Amino acid sequence: MEAIAFYLFAVLTTVMFLITVLTNHALYALSALAAGMIFISAFFFLLGADFLGAIQIIVYTGAVMALYAFGMMFFDTTRDVVESRTSPQIIFGLSGLAALTVVAMFTAPIISENITALYPAIDGVGNSQMVGMVLFTKFLIPFEVAAVMLLVAMIAGIVLAGKKMDHSLTLMKEEEIERETNEKAQV
Amino acid sequence: MEVAYIIETLIKIVVILLVFSALAGFGTYFERKILAFMQRRLGPMHVGPFGLLQIAADGIKLFTKEDIVPTNAVGPIFKIAPVITAATAFMAAAAIPFLPQFTIFGYTVHPIVADVNIGILYILGVMAVGFYGPLLGSLASSNKFALISAARAASVFISYEVVTGLSLLAPLMMVGSFSLIDFNNYQAGGIGDWIIWSQPVAFVLFWIAAFAETGRTPFHLVANDHEIIDGFGTEYSGMRWGLFFIGEYANMFFISFVIVLLFLGGFGDGSVLGALGFLLKMSFFFFFFLWTRAAWPDIRPDQLMWLCWKVLMPLAVINVVVTGFVMMF
Repeated sequence: MEAIAFYLFAVLTTVMFLITVLTNHALYALSALAAGMIFISAFFFLLGADFLGAIQIIVYTGAVMALYAFGMMFFDTTRDVVESRTSPQIIFGLSGLAALTVVAMFTAPIISENITALYPAIDGVGNSQMVGMVLFTKFLIPFEVAAVMLLVAMIAGIVLAGKKMDHSLTLMKEEEIERETNEKAQV
Repeated sequence: MEVAYIIETLIKIVVILLVFSALAGFGTYFERKILAFMQRRLGPMHVGPFGLLQIAADGIKLFTKEDIVPTNAVGPIFKIAPVITAATAFMAAAAIPFLPQFTIFGYTVHPIVADVNIGILYILGVMAVGFYGPLLGSLASSNKFALISAARAASVFISYEVVTGLSLLAPLMMVGSFSLIDFNNYQAGGIGDWIIWSQPVAFVLFWIAAFAETGRTPFHLVANDHEIIDGFGTEYSGMRWGLFFIGEYANMFFISFVIVLLFLGGFGDGSVLGALGFLLKMSFFFFFFLWTRAAWPDIRPDQLMWLCWKVLMPLAVINVVVTGFVMMF
């Protein structure tokens, strides 16, 4: 049962990401990437890591892909994207690296017989509680550093976008907008 | 045992699908009737008694209408988008307990498809995926009104997910579990135990965000009839458009169930009275969706963003901090 589900989702995920890479169509790439992200969460569910599975869906599909979708608003998504492949060396190098990674991934289990979990799963403790325990004891500092980085990014975003925050065309009267456009035309 | 479990789950899935697809049809009827009575009209009344067969007539119309895919649209994505809306709505239902467990012919039935221990997180995640329906549908249909709708869909859903998540954080801290059944058991002691009394702010915020998540009237910008035709649905016809509709109404029902389970005691101690009360409370929230549509105008996109980021989100954060302090001391 578990094996069937694993192979089903493995094939689905691989196909989705292949579509993402191989297609010239921005909309196909976006949809396939989103679908792939959802299918990946199935592996977390299969491994019993429900919390991470749900987080995978919420963060990657709900938030990250939605930001890509925001970017897509500025393209004509119904046309093919013309890609220029000027450097075959880079493509060769990257695909070679990818192939090497795959080989490493498949041979890794050979040397992994004596692997033991650093933080073994505790019986009778919920999934999310276990994540919380590790996160707020062993990995507290990286966690806090990530929080500070997010704060910095947020402030930077506000500074970048906030220059014309008080300037709202929707709240202005007709005459004000006209006057402003006239002034701009004169300049 | 294994086979029996699989069969039981399949039966539950089929029952939920059938009941809520039918309820989506009845939902349109209730909406028309209630809107009509609030506006001193009669609503549908010619087809069948009290116009009840109007649902059947609408169904026949939707199923037999020609399925048009516009020439410039991106075919596969255009065709799959309505399915995403409907499918995610029903997937979210998997973690909702619709009734307390009951025994029939000596066999105990748990009316929940999968009691995962991260229930509410799963529901939020799947509902978050639901916005790909309107988004992909409108991007694929190469229509200017649909494009505006896509931009609005992306901004509204992302913003209000923040409010939903943050407002839920405070009750989650109190209960200490993501499972909706644990939420229900936490409040099983009676009206005094309901989370709404200890978390009124979270309740109101979640309720407001529910309107945005389902795209109902005060926040109906994604498909605002009077300015962008039908938004993402402009190019759709027949049953594909109908699937968007089923998804929207199913979502309204499911979010009403979730609100009651989270804040208003759910089915209580699991008696017949509790189950009846559960359905009554759920119906009130569904009715409230329709009531608001009759009573409130739509608001502008910039007002919606202002409300989300400058009012609701700070309130939600303050609520979480206050809850934390109260629980600590």
